[in-house]
Amino acid sequence: MKASPYLVLVLVLTVCFTLATGIEPRASTWSDRAKSNNVFSMLFGDGRRLFANQFFTMADVYFHSGYYPSVFDLREEGQKEIVAESHGHTDSPEDEIKEDFLGKPKDWIDRFGRHFRITKHTHLEHGNEREILPWLRLAADMDPQKIETYTVGSFFMRTHLNRPREAEAFLREGLRNNPDSYEILFELGRLYDESDRDPGRARDVWQLALYRWSKDPEAVKDDKLAFEEITVHLAQLERGAGNWPQAINWFQAAQKVSPDPNALQQRIDEIKKTMAAQTNAPSAAPY
Amino acid sequence: MNTIWALAGVVIKELYRRKDFYVLFVLTALITIAAGMVNFFHDPKIVRYVKDICLLLIWVSALLIAIITTARQIPAERESRTIFPLLAKPVTRWQFILGKFLGCWLATGMALLVFYVFFAIITGSREQNWPWLTYLQAIWLQWAMLAVVIALSLCGSIISAAPSSTTTICFIAVAGILLVGGHLNTVALHQSQPLQTIFYTIYFLIPHLEWFDLRDRVVYDWGLVDWLDCVLATLYAAAYTGLFLLLTWLGFRRKSLNT
Repeated sequence: MKASPYLVLVLVLTVCFTLATGIEPRASTWSDRAKSNNVFSMLFGDGRRLFANQFFTMADVYFHSGYYPSVFDLREEGQKEIVAESHGHTDSPEDEIKEDFLGKPKDWIDRFGRHFRITKHTHLEHGNEREILPWLRLAADMDPQKIETYTVGSFFMRTHLNRPREAEAFLREGLRNNPDSYEILFELGRLYDESDRDPGRARDVWQLALYRWSKDPEAVKDDKLAFEEITVHLAQLERGAGNWPQAINWFQAAQKVSPDPNALQQRIDEIKKTMAAQTNAPSAAPY
Repeated sequence: MNTIWALAGVVIKELYRRKDFYVLFVLTALITIAAGMVNFFHDPKIVRYVKDICLLLIWVSALLIAIITTARQIPAERESRTIFPLLAKPVTRWQFILGKFLGCWLATGMALLVFYVFFAIITGSREQNWPWLTYLQAIWLQWAMLAVVIALSLCGSIISAAPSSTTTICFIAVAGILLVGGHLNTVALHQSQPLQTIFYTIYFLIPHLEWFDLRDRVVYDWGLVDWLDCVLATLYAAAYTGLFLLLTWLGFRRKSLNT
């Protein structure tokens, strides 16, 4: 007796369906990938983190309008300039020399080829900083635990593109993915302080950032810069609010880890002078 | 010259009868439009990533069209034995090679033109800016680069009988030159002898196709390259194209046509 191919097909489909209904509840526990809300997480699993670094680098490439060393240009692997800029660093003439990875042309092919390449070190400006955002968005989607993506993206949206609400939303997304991140909390505090002019909220967030920093043993050991940044900002906030003793306390805390404690001492002295002037002002007034 | 044009005309007709170009164009258009529709932080002015993606696809598509179209020309004529009546007519082997080259180059140029018109429409509609001269330089230099690639593929098709192997080898060679060619001198500096000499020899021998890649200048709005540099680069491409065509002719003139 010869079985019809259609009957065999129906039989196979039925077996497949039955197996699928049986296996599916177990299969869903094998991996968290299918449960993810993130399409990249579902497609690539943990492999997506490899792409995240590349996309973050692309943001830096765009920030330099294409003037960027390749893997063959042996340049020291330092901090990316978009990260440095988000920490308030601007290029000095020494930095400019360091970033001239091309050097002098090595031969006529190299010399002539440079007429077609980008050979000038520039940074995006006048609102064109928006062009780095797609890469930061992709980097955040690929690796939600890469904290720099949120802080850098938020910094550029807030300071260069005048979009504090989008910046806040991006930081909040980062905070949902990294609830213990003191870096994101610090950036959120800057947003409230500098963009929203809300010192009360900024103070709360920075104090929380400091608490999170103190609870992270790795940060306490290696990331003293973060502690200095948070305490200096808190000190400046208190000085602006006229809370002199608190401001001095924060500056003194920052002094313990600062590479330049004398500069902070000068600020402390300035506050003390102002305090003294205020104390003496009523007695010095003429009758 | 009429013979060469007639041969070239047949190649051009072949390009628009085959599906390669249409498939690649539709794929490029779909990916570019999809990328352009993505909303990043509610900012409609972000455009450079779309330009970047679109130009990358144009470069890959143009290379594929050029190499695949060229690599199958001579093997297909030999396979179908149409080369015998063709060469029985007053057509020399040199004319045959030139006709095939010209046909492939013009066909690729037409494809390139369509791709760039699409690119200009997509990016222009988004940033309201039409730097035509920059586009003209980019397309011209890319086309000049493709002349070298086509001549190289034609030369490869004389050596290798199978179009697939010619296509693969040429694509690897061209991609290698584009990605690594310009850095071989830097790599050579850090090698010991005899590797250093080998790297330098390769560096000075290969055609530097990476010069013709103006994508970064278009994407980042760096403006025009000096026209004199464009002319010199064109002459450089013409020299390498001539060299590869000569090598093709030298290999083809005494080659047995029986498969």
